[in-house]
Order: sequence, then structure tokens, then C-alpha cells
Amino acid sequence: MDPSRKRRVRLVVALTVALLLAGALVYTTFSAASPERIPSQLSDAQPGQSYKLGGRVVAGSIRRERDAMTFEVQDPKGPAKVPVSYTGSVPDPFREGREVIVTVQREGSTFVGERDSLVTKCPSKFQSETPS
Amino acid sequence: MATFGRACLILGLAVALYGIAASVHGARSGRRDWVVSGRRAVYALAGLATVAFVVLEIAFLRSDFRYEVVATHSSTTTPLFYKVAAPWSSQEGSLLLWVFMLSIWSSLVLFLTRRRLREVAPWATAVLLGFGAFFCALLVFLESPFDELPATPVEGTGLNPLLRHPSMMIHPPMLYSGYTLFAVPFAFAVGALLTRRVDAEWIRSTRRFALGAWLALGVGILLGARWSYSELGWGGYWAWDPVENASLMPWLTGTAFIHSIMIQERRGMLKVWNASLVLATGVLAILGTFLVRSGILDSIHAFGASTLGIPFVSLIAVMIAGSVALVVSRREALRSEHKLDSLLSREAVFLGNNLVLVGLCAVIFWGTFFPLISEAITGDRASVGPPWFNRYTVPLALVLVFLSGLGPLIAWRRASAAGARRNLLGPALVGVAAAVASVALGAGSSPPTVAMMGFGAFVLAGVTQEFWRGAGARRAMSDDGPARAVVSLVRRNRRRYGGYVVHAGMALLFIGIAASSALQDTQDANLRPGQSMRSGDYEVRYVRPTSSITTTSDGRLERVNFGAVLDVRREGKHVTTLEPSRAFFPSTAVDEFGPVGRFFEGEATSEVGLKAGVLRDVWSAMTPDIDALKPMIDEGDKVFTRFAQDGNVTQTARSEALAQILVAITERYRRSPPPTTFRVITSPLVAWIWIGALVIFVGGAIALWPGGDSVRRRARAGYKARVARDLGSAEEREPVSATS
Repeated sequence: MDPSRKRRVRLVVALTVALLLAGALVYTTFSAASPERIPSQLSDAQPGQSYKLGGRVVAGSIRRERDAMTFEVQDPKGPAKVPVSYTGSVPDPFREGREVIVTVQREGSTFVGERDSLVTKCPSKFQSETPS
Repeated sequence: MATFGRACLILGLAVALYGIAASVHGARSGRRDWVVSGRRAVYALAGLATVAFVVLEIAFLRSDFRYEVVATHSSTTTPLFYKVAAPWSSQEGSLLLWVFMLSIWSSLVLFLTRRRLREVAPWATAVLLGFGAFFCALLVFLESPFDELPATPVEGTGLNPLLRHPSMMIHPPMLYSGYTLFAVPFAFAVGALLTRRVDAEWIRSTRRFALGAWLALGVGILLGARWSYSELGWGGYWAWDPVENASLMPWLTGTAFIHSIMIQERRGMLKVWNASLVLATGVLAILGTFLVRSGILDSIHAFGASTLGIPFVSLIAVMIAGSVALVVSRREALRSEHKLDSLLSREAVFLGNNLVLVGLCAVIFWGTFFPLISEAITGDRASVGPPWFNRYTVPLALVLVFLSGLGPLIAWRRASAAGARRNLLGPALVGVAAAVASVALGAGSSPPTVAMMGFGAFVLAGVTQEFWRGAGARRAMSDDGPARAVVSLVRRNRRRYGGYVVHAGMALLFIGIAASSALQDTQDANLRPGQSMRSGDYEVRYVRPTSSITTTSDGRLERVNFGAVLDVRREGKHVTTLEPSRAFFPSTAVDEFGPVGRFFEGEATSEVGLKAGVLRDVWSAMTPDIDALKPMIDEGDKVFTRFAQDGNVTQTARSEALAQILVAITERYRRSPPPTTFRVITSPLVAWIWIGALVIFVGGAIALWPGGDSVRRRARAGYKARVARDLGSAEEREPVSATS
């Protein structure tokens, strides 16, 4: 086989492998990804499927038990809310009224948070509200 | 002063626009005076940006709350150290820091290359000033740091307590240094492509900047990881958060670039690849800056709502379109001067490492932007978490570490099988031994960890062997001792041996990451004093609560601290005492909460209790359930309000009363502590991440240290002179002395 042809064959093989890998990446991502939802969109949630739930922590809803914590998450602009039971680390800025994101699965009427998946979206982390 | 600061920025924008026009005109017409004028515009921009930055710093130091940005990001109670760092906690201040650093680096590179790269430099000047003009325009039209409030508040909101960590002083400036330094090779690559001067000269002139960018970004990322580990009550150092990923992506392509340019310098190969890599790195650096500012992806790092989305997307679109057009239109000039001789060569290993690094970057890019991609394709926003990232990045990282060990042991061009065997045998045996040892020590449950131990040891042994052989060769030529021989070896070839030190640091870092992520034990438990929990081999007992009040240097109340004393035992023997605590900073929403209550409704930060060790860290954090103190806090509010209603009470008396109530609450906390949630993590070898980072820093500094090349040139010249003398050809000396 002459060298230029050999190089072309190598290139085709390398590109095919790269395409296959990229294809596998794309395919597995779609099946592994958790859809992002707010409470009002969770009414048809399937048990066993993970959702990335975003919303505001309802005031007065936080209860701490021995190992778990429960709270309610409400639509950022709306009344719909769902109860969440969560274990794992709680970020420092976690507060009532703050926006949070937590990965959850439906279990009966409640949503169980994946351990350590709670993230607080803190608008004041870098940018404070207007000074009082 | 605010008007003066704003004037500096407007003038900076004008100077930058003028400089672009002057440089382009000078480059097209070949008139040096215009080119020089364009370069001076960069110096002028640097001067103006420095003045503007100093004006902002002074405003922060003087707590001048007429400035909106000072009132919202600092306060009189903010400690001095954090007043200095507070400007870059704001959107406006960090953009100003960006321009300031960009203009300084641009001035430096243009000053150093003022007598070289006559064709390329004017275009590079225009590109650098393009970035400068873009950021100045943002500061002038959209996010002015010098906006004033209609009424001056008495007190500001203060720097967010989460940012009060020594890293705040250095982590953001390091990252911005990295991002802005990458603009330099980007700009020169554009210049080289425009003028078709695509030999290795632009690379040689900007190599140190690429290396500096790589080091600054890498150190910035690691400082962020350390900050997260030691300050946040989470105990991790990497979360695959979009903003973390955004800083990692240009670092990965930058790493590929500083390797593959060696092939272009030596062999004139991979020109298309290098040009594409550096252009991609430039785009990713801007993308990183953009992700932090725009808030298009959910991240704990994101700034608040921002108006910067459209300008940034436009800039990135222009950069991508321009880069693609340049590489495609210059593909003839970028033709390789040589072909790859053999797959058993250092070039081939470098190529492999480049593919892995770019593959890693592609995976991270895909995962980071997946929410936007899936929304565009399926209409449904979905995202991937850390397990997804780990699934792809772990195997790629293993290959990368293996290649970083292989590269230094394989010869350029074509390695002989016998030579490769001779170089590889020792390190390979050490690697296998380390893998076996790690299984014996209990890492067998995680095959990737075992593999990483083996590959890491292989790298370390390979680097040691290179130093050993190099120093041995030096000792054979001179009568230096071993230590002297190593020092002079490194001095003679800083770039090479600095690079090897970096490889060793990387191996240590990856060993730390592999062991700590796979074999750590994280436990959460809610305890009362006297109760215990287990983590790994350790028994941790909650001995007693602690509490205190911290005041600022001028006597104001800064925060209330609730803590715990933990007794850590292993097999019944006392190992250490940990004292994690939680600091409660008062809320700035004064109207919403009572004067006492606001101390417990604001930000709270974890102070980690950590026993670090070379074999294992024991890490602890706590969260007391302060709801149990609520009745007392409410009572305190009532008592204080009644007391303060009396018109005759002085301000001092009020402060004292408030302090007394808070002291009573802290005493109550010690007497009858509420149940407290503890997180205890035992993490093997995690300290090696930070040790590895230090080694990388040292290696990078060795490679970057000025003068390395001239020492080498002098050494070479001296050697040539000696050869010439030995050969008796005296006329050889003339050109030799000219090079030294």
C-alpha cells in the first residue's frame, strides 16, 4: 500500500472511531440526563425517573429530623408546591425563601432528594440586593 | 473621583479604538510610526485602566458609599483585607480587573516583542485592543463601577460572608490572569495567520505567556478547589459546576497547546492543529468569563441577573467565525514541513496526549452545555450530574496520566525498541508494584483507583529516572556533588526539567483525587453532647458545645459563632480534637427581622474542623438546629425593643444591651445545646492534591523563570567555543560570542 493511501485509510479509521465515540456520548447523555422541572410541572412525574427540581423554599416548611430534612419547594412565580425529603450536605446559603435546585425522584406523594444534590441559587452571593 | 474614574474608562475606550485603527493602518501601509503609535495606545490603556482600578480600590478602602458598587459590596465592618478584595466580588469590579490585567499583559508582551515580529505584532496589537475596547465599552455603557447613589447610605451591605476567606484575595485574580494571559497567544496567532507568518516565531515569542496563562489558570482552579474543601460545609473540592467546568476547558486546550507547540518548534508540524488549539483556547477563555457573568446556566457561582448576555454572545460568535475563516483560508500556509516518522516517538505520544485533552474538553463542553443543547433539540431542558462526568473523564484521565509518564521516556522522531525498553522497564515495574500495593492496602474495590496508583507511580519513577540519569551525566563531566549536579541540570534546561516537575506534581494530584474520591467515607448524623458517630476507622464523639461572639477591631458585633468540640478516636486511642463551628452573620434586611433575630437570619458559614495528614484527612462540619433557640431570640427582640423605646437611651447603651442579649443566647447555647447535624469525612491521601498543586507551581515557576533560554544559549555557545578551540579554528569564535 502506498504511503498516501495508508494515511488516508488511517484517517478514515480514526474519524470513524471518533464519530462512534461521539455518537455513544450523545446517546448516553440523553438517557442519563435529568429533566429540569419546577413544582407545577411535576404532576405527571414518573417514579424511578430523576428530575432536577428548581424552585423557592417555602417559608416555615423546613423540618430537621435525625438524619433527614424535609421542606417544600414552590414555583418561583406561582402557588404550586411539592414536599421534598432530603439527606446529605446542606449548602451554607440554604434558607427559607431562597431558590434551590435539588435532584429528586418521586416516591408516593413525596419527592426524595438525591444525597448531596442540593444547590442553593443565591442571588446575593456576588450581587447583593439594594442596600437598606 | 467617580467622574474621574468614569473619564478614565471613556478615555480608555477612545484610546483602544484609536489604537486599533492606528495598528491596522500601520500594518497595511507598512508605516512604522503608526504601528508604534498603536503600541503606545496599549500602554496608555494600561495606564488608564490602572488609574481607574486604583480609584475604585480607594473608594472601597475609604468605604465611600456614594458609589453604588461600594455600598452593595462592602461596609465599614468589612475587615481591611476584604475591603481590598471586595471590588472583584462585584460584576463591575471584576470586569474592570479584567481590563486592567489584559492591558498590563498586552503592554508587557508588546514591549518584549517591540523589535521582533514586525509584521505580526501590529495585528496582534489590534486584536488585544479589540478585547480592551470590548470590556471598556461594557464598563462605560452597561456596568459602570462608578455609578453613584442618589442618597449616600450610612452603611453598606458588606462583603458576602461566604467570600471572606484568604483565597478571595488570590483565587479570582489568578483565574483572571489566566483568562487574560491566554488572550496574548490568541492575538499573536491571529496576527500570524493574517500575515501568513506561521513559522514558530510567534510561538516562541508568546510561549511564556501561554505557559504563564496555563499556570495561573491551573493554580487559580486548585485554589478554588482548596477553598471549597476548607470553607464550605460540603467537604468536596470539585462538583462539575458549570463555572468550574468553564475554567477547566481553556486549561485543557491550553495544556494541549503548550505540548504541541514543541512539535511545531522542533519539527514544523501540526501547524493547523496549534493554530486551532490556541484560537479555541482564546474562545473558551472568553466563554468562561461569559458563563460566570451571564447566568445562562444554573451555577452556585453565577452573578445575579445580567445584561451582558448579548454582547458576550456576539463577541464569541465573531471570535469563532473569524478563527474558522482564518484557519481555512490559510490552510496552504499551514502545511506541515514534516511527517510523523513513527508511532513510537515523542511526537506520537504528544499527539495522543493532545487528542485525550481535547477529548476531555469536548466531553466537559457537551455536559456543561447539555441543558441548552437538549432544550434546543427536544424542547425540554435536562442536565447531567457528576456521575455522568465521572464516567467519561475518569478513563480519559487515566490515559492522560499514563501518557504523561510515557512522553519523557520516549525519544523524538523515532525511538528504537531497545531504547524504549531500557527507559520504560524500571518505571513500569514501579508502576505495577504500586498497583499491587494499593490492592493490598484496600483499594481493590475501585479498579480506576488501582490503575491511577500504578500510572501515577509510573510517572513519578520515570521523572526520577530522568533526573537521576541527567544528574549522573553531569557528574561524569564535572566533579559536582549530587545536589549541585541536579541544580545545574535544571538550570541548563529549565523548560524541560520544569516540565518534568510539573508532571510529577500532576501524578501526585491525580493519586490524591483517585484515592480520596473513591475511598472516602462521608457520614452525616444528628448528635447531642455525649453521643458518637463513626466514619471510616474513626469514632467521633460530640464532647461539648462552644459559642462566642466576634467583634470587629472597632468593637462592632460582626458575627455569632456556635461550635462543637469533637473527640476523635481510633481503636480506642485519642487521635485528635476537632472544633468545627458555624458563624452567623447578621442579615442586612434590618426592617424584616428584629435587632437580635437578624443575627440568625443572615448568611451562615461553616468553619471546618480539619485534621490533615499525608495519609488521611479527618474533616468535620456542623449545623446546629437553631430553631430550638427561637423562643429565646424572640424574647431578646422584645426586651431590646422595649429598652430601646426609651428616648433617653444612648447609642452606646443600646449596643451594650444588644451585646448582653447575644451573650445570654450564646451562654444558653452552651448550657442546653440543641441537637446538631455533623458531617464527618475520612478521606485518604487527599492532602496529596494540595502537595501536588505546590509541586506543579514550583515546576511551572522553574519553566517560566526568565533567563532559562539565555543560560542554555550561553552553555551551548561555551560548548561550541570549546569545540572550536579544540579543533584549532579560531575564526569560529566570532559568531559564537555574538550569540551569547
